Amino acid sequence: MKLLVWLIPFLLYGSELLSQEIPVLDFQGLEERIREKNEAEVLVVNFWATWCKPCIKELPYFDSLQTSYSPTKVKVLLVSLDMEAKAAAKYYQRKNIQSEVVFLDAVDHNAWIDRISPDWSGAIPATLFINSSGEESFHEGEYSAEALFTQVNQLLNPN
Amino acid sequence: MKTLSLTTVLTLLIGLGSFTLPPTGYEVGDYATNFNLKNVDGEMVSLSDYEEAKGFIVVFTCNECPYAKLYQDRINQLNKDYAHQGFPVVAINPNDPGRSPADSYENMQARAEEKDYTFPYLMDETQEITREYGATNTPHVYVLAKEAADKFRVAYIGTIDNNYTDAEKADTHYVQDAVDALLNNEEVPLTKTKAIGCGIKWSNA
Repeated sequence: MKLLVWLIPFLLYGSELLSQEIPVLDFQGLEERIREKNEAEVLVVNFWATWCKPCIKELPYFDSLQTSYSPTKVKVLLVSLDMEAKAAAKYYQRKNIQSEVVFLDAVDHNAWIDRISPDWSGAIPATLFINSSGEESFHEGEYSAEALFTQVNQLLNPN
Repeated sequence: MKTLSLTTVLTLLIGLGSFTLPPTGYEVGDYATNFNLKNVDGEMVSLSDYEEAKGFIVVFTCNECPYAKLYQDRINQLNKDYAHQGFPVVAINPNDPGRSPADSYENMQARAEEKDYTFPYLMDETQEITREYGATNTPHVYVLAKEAADKFRVAYIGTIDNNYTDAEKADTHYVQDAVDALLNNEEVPLTKTKAIGCGIKWSNA
């Protein structure tokens, strides 16, 4: 019985101790990451959250995009807009996501949505593509795997 | 039923000519259309029911979305604060229950009762009003200023305040500021804001 009492904290918190942390960025940090430190030919920035069903549906397509290309060619950055970083971290670990995941801690949404794109209403999922010369294109709404790969191929091989 | 289907057919026929592009919704300064939608108590509610109103706080919101949940008490408070001053809250659930079962009419009734909603909570079954207003995510607020019996000028479009996680920590209250300005015949300080939210669940049909 005594042993059980000692075990309880580990049973309660053990899984959290094991869970991997993900970086937490404020908006300035995110902006530097995507607009100043873009090392890929195409950077794909996807805004998602674990509670957002269409986001979760398209997330595997983004992850397969990352595993299909070298990170210098295509880099996928999954920006979690969850209420807590923990939710995203757990999901990241449980689904063994290969792409880079960050948590955006910036509750004053109106202050930064337009700085991602003036075309963005604020609904998620939403995706921003940035090529190596800094040109950006924005897409609001869910992607099919085919549409996503087509879009990235077009950005990689512009005619 | 026959007349309803005839109206639908006519609307579709007329619509074919004019809706080659999907409507992009209202901008501030546009005039908003009136509606007649079913409330959780079974009654139909229209803006023209409110003869004394000076305007409205129309909120597209729902049951399921975490942001909508975080704001439901604040929406209730807005109605308590402003209905008696002439700006009642009218909430509209824009989601297709086929795609979002938690947003069904029965679940709306349950939520309204559980949270003691003091405002009507309407179902936009055809999603026509949602489309016409241009709501994109929940909750999405349209503050309307009533200029005449059937003239509702859009005075503000956007989110409720600048901290979704904690009402206490919000230090800019966009909707309150807009309504206060209208009540005082002043200019609305910020007429358009954006917030992260759940996309509208449009019917696939």
